[in-house]
Amino acid sequence: MTAEQQTTGTDEFIKGLWSQNPVFVQVLGMCPVLAVTNTAMNALAMGLATAFVLLMSNIVVSSIRGFVPKQVRIVTFILVIASFVTIVDYVIQAVSLDLHKALGAFISLIVVNCLILGRAEAFASKNGLGRSILDGLGMGIGFTFALLCLGGAREILGSGSLFDLPLFGDSFQEWVIMVLPAGGFFTLAGWLLLFNWRATRKTKSAGEVQA
Amino acid sequence: MNQEPLWSIFINACLINNFVLAYFLGICPFLGVSAKLATATRMGLAVMFVMLVSSTCAYGIQALLLWIDAPYLKLISFIAVIASTVQLVEMFIKKMSPTLFRALGIFLPLITTNCAILGLALFQTNKGYGFAQSIIYALGAGAGFTLALILMAGLREKLELARTPDVVKGTAITLIIAGLLSVCFMGFAGLGSSQ
Repeated sequence: MTAEQQTTGTDEFIKGLWSQNPVFVQVLGMCPVLAVTNTAMNALAMGLATAFVLLMSNIVVSSIRGFVPKQVRIVTFILVIASFVTIVDYVIQAVSLDLHKALGAFISLIVVNCLILGRAEAFASKNGLGRSILDGLGMGIGFTFALLCLGGAREILGSGSLFDLPLFGDSFQEWVIMVLPAGGFFTLAGWLLLFNWRATRKTKSAGEVQA
Repeated sequence: MNQEPLWSIFINACLINNFVLAYFLGICPFLGVSAKLATATRMGLAVMFVMLVSSTCAYGIQALLLWIDAPYLKLISFIAVIASTVQLVEMFIKKMSPTLFRALGIFLPLITTNCAILGLALFQTNKGYGFAQSIIYALGAGAGFTLALILMAGLREKLELARTPDVVKGTAITLIIAGLLSVCFMGFAGLGSSQ
């Protein structure tokens, strides 16, 4: 193991939240990010469901990494993920039928979220149980956070409310396009712009200090 | 049983509810391989083929699962079928055109995790399409995916020559273009008989 890989557990947790945020930095798992973030509530539910699957699959993949042959590992990972997604699908159906209707096929589509398979392949299949749990937690929370950012922004602009609580008076003109598909692309582009702008400003000011 | 006419299913899947621009399925390859027109076209065709095969299989599996009364196995069996189809396509392309194989790179095995394909299989069972309807639905969705990919690739090739501010370079400008394309496709909403 090189020195670079010997990070502490806290680092594994924190990196998912910010420096390697799955949505804003790694741009992974885009489909649910855009599709179900038309309200903050949907975004939160989707984020939690994904985080749960991510955590559980990280745990299982990390525990069985010793005896899965290399050739069939991807298939094994996918099957593990699919089993947990089936569980989540039935749980959401039992808890709230409305939510299940709102999220629709996208709960089942957590299976093909590249983020989960990506973490299983890139992290959990190479690291121990404890670190994989921390990684799954961090990435899951980071993903939920990003979904909330998008869902919140789209709901505020598109419906003038947040978590179904109206924010503005009756005079508020709803920006309908924000809850439509096109709005998803624009909102995500907006957030990425913000992140890029911060990054360029940081490197610029660092350059000025050196000069 | 759903009685929707075939032409309406095709137009619906291809234009009105375009998988990429209205349902947000298959965004990863849409953003990932849309930089070059030639690659985008072939990627689109590969996806279309996988869609066709997996949609046919999904129809059979659904019937079988209903027969043995085990609907909770749906997701797992669908993804297994898709993964094997992709493996088949991958071997085929590797044999026929190594250049294309290299150009598609990591995105070829990633067709497995292309949500458009699993989404297609799930939607067709949810809507209760028959055999012919399923095939037309897969064709329409594949054509729609290819269309979106080609449009996007054309725009991005032009964009290479344009002067864009540093801040928007990369993913941000691509997403803005995708948003504009999505707005354009909203214009098709009046075409079909039903949503």
